[in-house]
Amino acid sequence: MAETPKPEKLFQNIDHSLPDEPWEEIPPDLSEGRFCYPTKKKNLNYLDLPATTQDEWSPADEEWPIPDNWKEIIHEGFKDRLEKYRSLKIFMDVCVRCGACADKCHFFIGTGDPKNMPVLRAELLRSVYRNDFTTAGKILKKINGGRPLTKQVLKEWFSYFYQCTECRRCSVYCPYGIDTAEVTMMGRELLSLLGLNINWVLEPVANCFRTGNHLGIQPHAFKDMVDFFCDDIEEITGVRINPSFNRKGAEILFIVPSGDVFADPGTYTFMGYLLLFEHLGLDYTLSTYASEGGNFGLFTSSEVMKRLNAKMYAEARRLGVKWILGGECGHMWRVINQYMDTMNGPADFGEVPKSPITGTVFENAASTRMVHITEFTADLLRNNKLKLDPSRNDKHVVTFHDSCNPSRAMGLLDEPRYVLNGVCNHFYEMPENTIREQTFCCGSGSGLNTEEIMELRLLGGLPRANAVKHVHDTFGVNMLSCICAIDRAALPPLMDYWVPGVGVTGIHELVGNALVMDGEIERTMDLRFEPLNEETEEDADE
Amino acid sequence: MNAAYLYSLIAVVLLGLISYAGAEAAGLEVLFGVIIPYLALIVFLIGFANKILDWTKSPVPFRIPTTMGQQKSLPWIKHNKFDSPYTTGQVVIRMVLEILLFRSLLKNLRTGFGKDGQKITYKWVVWLWLFALMFHYSFLVVVIRHLRFFAEPVPFFVTMIERVDGMLQIMLPNLFISGVVLLAGASLLLLRRVLLPKLVYISRPADFFPLFLIIGIAVTGLMMRYVSKVDVVRVKELTMGLATFQPSIPEGTIGGLFYVHLFFVSLLVAYIPFSKLMHMGGVFLSPTRNLPNNSRAKRHVNPWNYPVKTHTYEEYEDDFRDKMKEAGLPVEKE
Repeated sequence: MAETPKPEKLFQNIDHSLPDEPWEEIPPDLSEGRFCYPTKKKNLNYLDLPATTQDEWSPADEEWPIPDNWKEIIHEGFKDRLEKYRSLKIFMDVCVRCGACADKCHFFIGTGDPKNMPVLRAELLRSVYRNDFTTAGKILKKINGGRPLTKQVLKEWFSYFYQCTECRRCSVYCPYGIDTAEVTMMGRELLSLLGLNINWVLEPVANCFRTGNHLGIQPHAFKDMVDFFCDDIEEITGVRINPSFNRKGAEILFIVPSGDVFADPGTYTFMGYLLLFEHLGLDYTLSTYASEGGNFGLFTSSEVMKRLNAKMYAEARRLGVKWILGGECGHMWRVINQYMDTMNGPADFGEVPKSPITGTVFENAASTRMVHITEFTADLLRNNKLKLDPSRNDKHVVTFHDSCNPSRAMGLLDEPRYVLNGVCNHFYEMPENTIREQTFCCGSGSGLNTEEIMELRLLGGLPRANAVKHVHDTFGVNMLSCICAIDRAALPPLMDYWVPGVGVTGIHELVGNALVMDGEIERTMDLRFEPLNEETEEDADE
Repeated sequence: MNAAYLYSLIAVVLLGLISYAGAEAAGLEVLFGVIIPYLALIVFLIGFANKILDWTKSPVPFRIPTTMGQQKSLPWIKHNKFDSPYTTGQVVIRMVLEILLFRSLLKNLRTGFGKDGQKITYKWVVWLWLFALMFHYSFLVVVIRHLRFFAEPVPFFVTMIERVDGMLQIMLPNLFISGVVLLAGASLLLLRRVLLPKLVYISRPADFFPLFLIIGIAVTGLMMRYVSKVDVVRVKELTMGLATFQPSIPEGTIGGLFYVHLFFVSLLVAYIPFSKLMHMGGVFLSPTRNLPNNSRAKRHVNPWNYPVKTHTYEEYEDDFRDKMKEAGLPVEKE
């Protein structure tokens, strides 16, 4: 893979001029670095999913290992999905190609590739739809914008449905609400029928199915890792926390994205959760079985999503908890807000979530029985239930990245901001066209957080990074907060590349820093074992 | 080179010539004045109903609104009722704003690069929204005005709209604003497609054809009214015949221009169900806009929800029991 050029150069190389040839005639770029590696067959076999005809292959290969009747499989799969999803039919039929979506996609802005315009990404599927399923298309063929399904089209699908992060930004601007995430999801489901999946999605899925979490952390190791955080917390705060695991009869089951257990800076967010619950004396338990909030099934197919998600309710029922509290994660909350209850409900356990600390009843979660941690914490702050010292976060000049799914598939916008304003003193918003429902993706969502496409990810994340750069230059912002585990993994390299000097944090890491715990020692370090105050900058100058 | 618009333009011009020649020279007035309009209407009605039925036959398995504002959660957090609706009533308002005011288009931004080559900029742009609004509303007024040709006596609201539409009180016959705005709106939308590189690149013949057709309708209509006037009495005789299912071709000539106009309209009407123009129906049914964002409070039911293979807790414990016991994690079976 070629070396990634310097940021200024990479930026200047972005070319938005359009090719002379129509897009149908341009083959997809499937050179090394432009595609995600396909999944290992063992993952497909483990999940009983359709597999490719050979194990080792590359999208760069001329011939792909797909069954001879692949066209028939795709055609039938397409038909089946048209019958199951009104969204698909409508989105195939009503686009007028007004162009409103064209420059709204972070991948188009970053790459200039016209097939990354949402309208054309959808046309990849639509052209085949017209050819195969509409009267006008059958008669008029190409004039009507139809084209037969060929191996090149299939390669195009693989290339471009894995250059979409299902962030839904385009659907905000579409006069008919056409949602490219929905189109991409259908496209990926169809590819999946031939075993054409990427490893970065399928390996976590297989792991999650077996061990309960994407990272394949087994129960004893999960407990070890959390114990390790508790040791760190004790060293930093002097307070010993002993969280329970798989405990029956707990009031609340707490589920986080496993990324927060596994990798910095998510781990600090996890420590923040632990401190918060200890501070409250909350009756909660963690589960090693339902040890994953995220759900890479969402990036595979609705069936796989359901298979992974089922653990949450199953575990809540087994443990007999009253309700579930969910950690900071983006796509996890799309699944919980828009799919879980429908797929695996009704939630036949517990009761309507009620904060044991404030008595607030979360009516908006009456049916799913699941509350977002920032809803929970915002309520605590509002009711003055937390002892806080926000000045402990004073070295951070913070901005907030709205993660795609909580923004556009949930509307969770003000809760995290309320918490932020409660726990830190320096908070600045990024420009309004880049936040809230207009937020930009980190460039690595929907399972694209993989090393082999790093340059693509940097380009896709450019609009986000550029907005951070603006507040970094204007207000001296040095900390990018977010409520998504994929963000916490994807934004640090993005920042290091485009806006060096900006760190990444979860909201509850900042909460954890600010919390004044009962019986704590004098706090000199934050949860990262770094000095609390930048007065120490003087020390650093030595 | 995008030849899509040339083909479409040529097609529309040819179709115009055919109908002109057919009615004027070949004496095919019955074909162009009666048979084709009726056929077009039948195709439209059946095609439109078919499409809507086909759409509604597919269920909406998941509640997937695109939320564009603050959800309803804690009572003290201001809920954005119309961008993240929680009740059916709020959805209705969201839909009304979308359908009548094209609210999403009004959010449109143009993304650009700053001069220093290191900054991405976003500029609010209203042109698409404005052209679309001009086009659709003037078209609506024109259609309503034309009801005059299909009802006797002329309904009061038609006369009322005519009065507003003609309030400029200029020219003779009195100028209707809607006709001119329709032509302008359609032409501006066309210009976007011809001039803006991205639009050129994504446009298909199916985008140009209806635009040219509508421009053709507007031009022939304006010409009949202001330039080479047709005999309106005879036109109404024909249209009333159609409306009352007693079709007849009036004595004397109406003029080829009228038949071109009518033919274009017939084509457009028949074309709707098979084209992107079905957005007029689809906009009501889009699941990202017409559902409340309340699926955590109220369970949404998927009619085809089916049981799936999961990895149960029992299987999980079987896989890891020894390790769990060793780590002091509780187990169900010793």
